[in-house]
Amino acid sequence: MTKNKLLWKRWRVLYLMLIPGIVYIFIFNYIPMYGVTIAFKDFYASRGIMGSPWVGLEHFKRVFRSPDFLPILWNTLILSLYQLVLTFPIPIFLALLINSCHSKRFGKFVQNVTYAPYLVSVVVLVGMMMIMFAPRGVFNNILEMAGGERQLFMGDEKYFRHIFVLSAVWQTTGWNSIIYLATLSGVSPELYEAARMDGANKLQRILHIDIPHIIPTIAIILTLNAGAVMSMGFEKAYLMQNDLNIGVSEILSTYVYKKGLLDIDYGYSAAVGLFNNVINLIILLLVNKAAKKITKSSLF
Amino acid sequence: MGGKKVHIKRSGSDLVFDIVSYIILGMVSLVAVYPLYFVLIASISSPEAVNAGKVMLYPIGVTLEGYQKLFEDSRIFTGYRNTILYTAAGTTLDLCLTLITAYPLSFKKLPGRKIFTGFFLFTMFFNGGLIPTFLLVKDLGLYDTPFVLVLLGALNIYNMIIARSFFEGTISKDLMDAAEIDGCGKFRFFVSIVLPLSKALIGVLVVYYGVAHWNQYFNALIYISKEALRPLQMVLREILIQNSSTMQVFDESMMLELLRRERYAELIKYGVIVVASIPVLCIYPFIQKYFTKGVMLGAVKE
Repeated sequence: MTKNKLLWKRWRVLYLMLIPGIVYIFIFNYIPMYGVTIAFKDFYASRGIMGSPWVGLEHFKRVFRSPDFLPILWNTLILSLYQLVLTFPIPIFLALLINSCHSKRFGKFVQNVTYAPYLVSVVVLVGMMMIMFAPRGVFNNILEMAGGERQLFMGDEKYFRHIFVLSAVWQTTGWNSIIYLATLSGVSPELYEAARMDGANKLQRILHIDIPHIIPTIAIILTLNAGAVMSMGFEKAYLMQNDLNIGVSEILSTYVYKKGLLDIDYGYSAAVGLFNNVINLIILLLVNKAAKKITKSSLF
Repeated sequence: MGGKKVHIKRSGSDLVFDIVSYIILGMVSLVAVYPLYFVLIASISSPEAVNAGKVMLYPIGVTLEGYQKLFEDSRIFTGYRNTILYTAAGTTLDLCLTLITAYPLSFKKLPGRKIFTGFFLFTMFFNGGLIPTFLLVKDLGLYDTPFVLVLLGALNIYNMIIARSFFEGTISKDLMDAAEIDGCGKFRFFVSIVLPLSKALIGVLVVYYGVAHWNQYFNALIYISKEALRPLQMVLREILIQNSSTMQVFDESMMLELLRRERYAELIKYGVIVVASIPVLCIYPFIQKYFTKGVMLGAVKE
């Protein structure tokens, strides 16, 4: 007992400091986790989550039987993988180029300029896309000059994914390259010097010094990105949606929103959300394991 | 980054590499900046010139009509005021909560540290999802109140880890022990010694949280229905996106109304983007000073 008392006396203040954070996270993160049980219940607002009767897998059965579900799952997968394939490697290339740039000042300039788009809000981003891809917008003007026909870019299923992903590349490349640049700044200058003395050219220095140096960072960022694969993009997808592109722009997160908050089908919506969440978690664990095996560095 | 030695001659292949790299980097910078620049010059050009596709490199038919109109728009004024309030209150709360949570966790010897850290980290990978969170907000009576936009997301775990790593790396525990012998309480030590040493960290957190609050629209979409409480981003959505969407037209009066709204939106949309984005772009120098450090801190893990 006295030992415990001593411990308490020593750490008391620090524990007290932890309380607000624990209470906050408990209320806003852990209580909703319990709320997930609504996916297995017939929810009555008057009885609350606890008092509502269990219905087992009823909602899940409805989800998997619904003709909407598979196309939406497919849309989500395609869109997020397409996005990952482009937005993940491009920042690495950019960082390698900036890092080996002959003029350090120019490199710094490029770095500072390219992350500006990241600060723009999603609403502004989509607003700008609507302006630029409008029937009389910049892209259509260029297209017409080049002898093409004007297109309804924002209202056409075949352009939705490209516009969605390329705008993400525009917005995130500079910002995402910062972490690699920060890691690359840790390479010791003597290493470059030695390689140069041995006659290695720039490309060889990138391949044999820079890339091995950032592999652990790459592994961690890839794991984090992969874990978020299915949870991406409610905001942008929802803003870009219209009646004409809904066939490809409806993804799980927008579907959860519409089913739950617009159609007030809580159980169904929560079931879709939970399904999404579990898939995410599985992907995260798998990629983390793979990263651990291949690169010896992992998130946890 | 590499040494500054220039006395070693560049080899031929390096010269080619450099030229190609300059071209690529130049193009990347142009692509990154041009859309923002275009909005800026379009916002002070005459709408006719913009629509005709004439405005490309510099403003044509300079006019401030768009700005005049948008400053008369009460929606924008209300949204702006709300967003400033939400951002100020939210960022302050976020900052305090993040700092006081991260600090104890930076003590390697704190009994139970692993368990507490796990408690926080777990929420990064699993969450209740939209509906349970929505019901919680309703039960707490936060729905359609300004508090919901201030409270939600107040403790971002990623930012908390950044802060924890910062404390681990910069605050010497010897200093801490010395302070304790001096009779300086742990909390007083935190406030009067640790915080003044953490300016870089505070800078990073203010930027991250501030930008997130300023650009926030999801929570407002879900939890706010009163017009008077809407933040700027919701107003922007109405002006920029809902007007130009494929709205169904039933009769002539609706058609006229639609045309009127479209013309109005046409006039102010560029200005609205500029006015909404300027505060975020103003923190630019601030970021340059601190961000590399911050991002780097996030990368450091045990």
